[in-house]
Amino acid sequence: MNLWKQCMCYCRRHSPWIFHMNSGSCNGCDIELVAALTPRYDAEQLGVLLQGSPRHADILCITGPVTHTSAPAIHTVYEQVCGPKAVVAIGSCPASTNVFIDSRVLVGPLNRHVPVDVFVPGCPPRPDAIIEGIALAASILARREANPVLGDASQTEVHP
Amino acid sequence: MNLAIAMARLLLFPGLLFAVPAAWFFLWVERKSVALMQQRIGPPFPQPMFDFVKLLGKSTPPRRGIDGFLMRMWPLISVSASATAAGLLPVLPARGGFEGDLIFLIALLEIPAICIIAAGFSSRSMFGEIGSAREAVLTVAYNVVFLLAILSIAASQHTFRLEALAQLPVTPLRYIGLLAILICLPAKLHINPFSLPNAEQEIYSGPMTEYAGAELAMWQLSHGMEWVASCGLVATLAIPQFSHWAVNVLAFGVLSLVLVLLLSVLAAATARLAIDTTVRFYWKCTLVFACLILIAFVSSSFMQEVRS
Repeated sequence: MNLWKQCMCYCRRHSPWIFHMNSGSCNGCDIELVAALTPRYDAEQLGVLLQGSPRHADILCITGPVTHTSAPAIHTVYEQVCGPKAVVAIGSCPASTNVFIDSRVLVGPLNRHVPVDVFVPGCPPRPDAIIEGIALAASILARREANPVLGDASQTEVHP
Repeated sequence: MNLAIAMARLLLFPGLLFAVPAAWFFLWVERKSVALMQQRIGPPFPQPMFDFVKLLGKSTPPRRGIDGFLMRMWPLISVSASATAAGLLPVLPARGGFEGDLIFLIALLEIPAICIIAAGFSSRSMFGEIGSAREAVLTVAYNVVFLLAILSIAASQHTFRLEALAQLPVTPLRYIGLLAILICLPAKLHINPFSLPNAEQEIYSGPMTEYAGAELAMWQLSHGMEWVASCGLVATLAIPQFSHWAVNVLAFGVLSLVLVLLLSVLAAATARLAIDTTVRFYWKCTLVFACLILIAFVSSSFMQEVRS
């Protein structure tokens, strides 16, 4: 592996920019994600920045069980994030649709729509777990730079 | 000025070789000072460099036609203009400069703003267009004060040459002018309370919404170099020239850093103002500074009359 690639791996691991998207969540996980970005948890130590535009982001953080109306939006936003990208599913809803299972307004879980890299289960998950999930996604991005054969979401990780 | 010195100023000091690390350092200082004010640790020292390298490795969405070409060109024009502006600063006296370089510097400092306006409109994004319109209004509002200050400094000391201005003694009128420039800097650098064009979350990222990858990296670099050039301009006009070049460079660096800290603290302590409040604020500033400068002008010429 040459020097530029090593440098790129290192920088990707240390600069995860996230874009937050709600796909019909009850707002519990969104509050926890916002809490993870507050001064108390200081996610900026790891280089985490919340971006306003999906074009700027590396990691797409999706909450909610994916409703009928939000599914096309998820596809659009996923396409708008420029590669290399990773998806972090926050909460139990995107993983399994949680208590909303069998609801007729749902088309979830999330991995039926976009490839998910990291699941952070919990209802809602703690901010620490969300930060750890984002850090894991960043290291997955770095690993992909080192070994491009892996492709998108080749190894889904469940955390914690 | 001969070609070798001009190239050395543009490429080495205070041009590219100095301005790029300084831009990253100032961007880090901006984020770190906010972190310290919120009692947290904040980003590590090389964070802006990490972001830059990471953005270079990201793909950009495919764009065809003249719009795509223009969208790729705006960040490059902006970076080169701000790097040249940093290169023109008279940090080392008697090492070059030409008659009227102050006007050239002002023009170069305006180019990033024009590029941002054009970039937002050529991206054809709704949020980009709102951001560009805001940037255009903001530019018109703060530039009256900015140009008034620069012109009065230059007119009072009868020169448009930066090097000569840096060597002349600092008069009260120049302090008033520098204060006016300082008030314009938050709007010029798009930081709070005047972060209207790139109002994050409110209109996504304004003119930058459609930018990604290497182009976004260039915008970030251009933003950092605007910090270097505009804080450097105030620093070179405010400090007296010392006999030894190293003292000059040190004073320039320290004063620039103090200005960056001051502006970051202001940005962290304030919230975003609405566009009409901002424009009203700068028009009021124009009136106040015009009166102050007139009084300073009249009193200084009166003093000269009395002395002669």
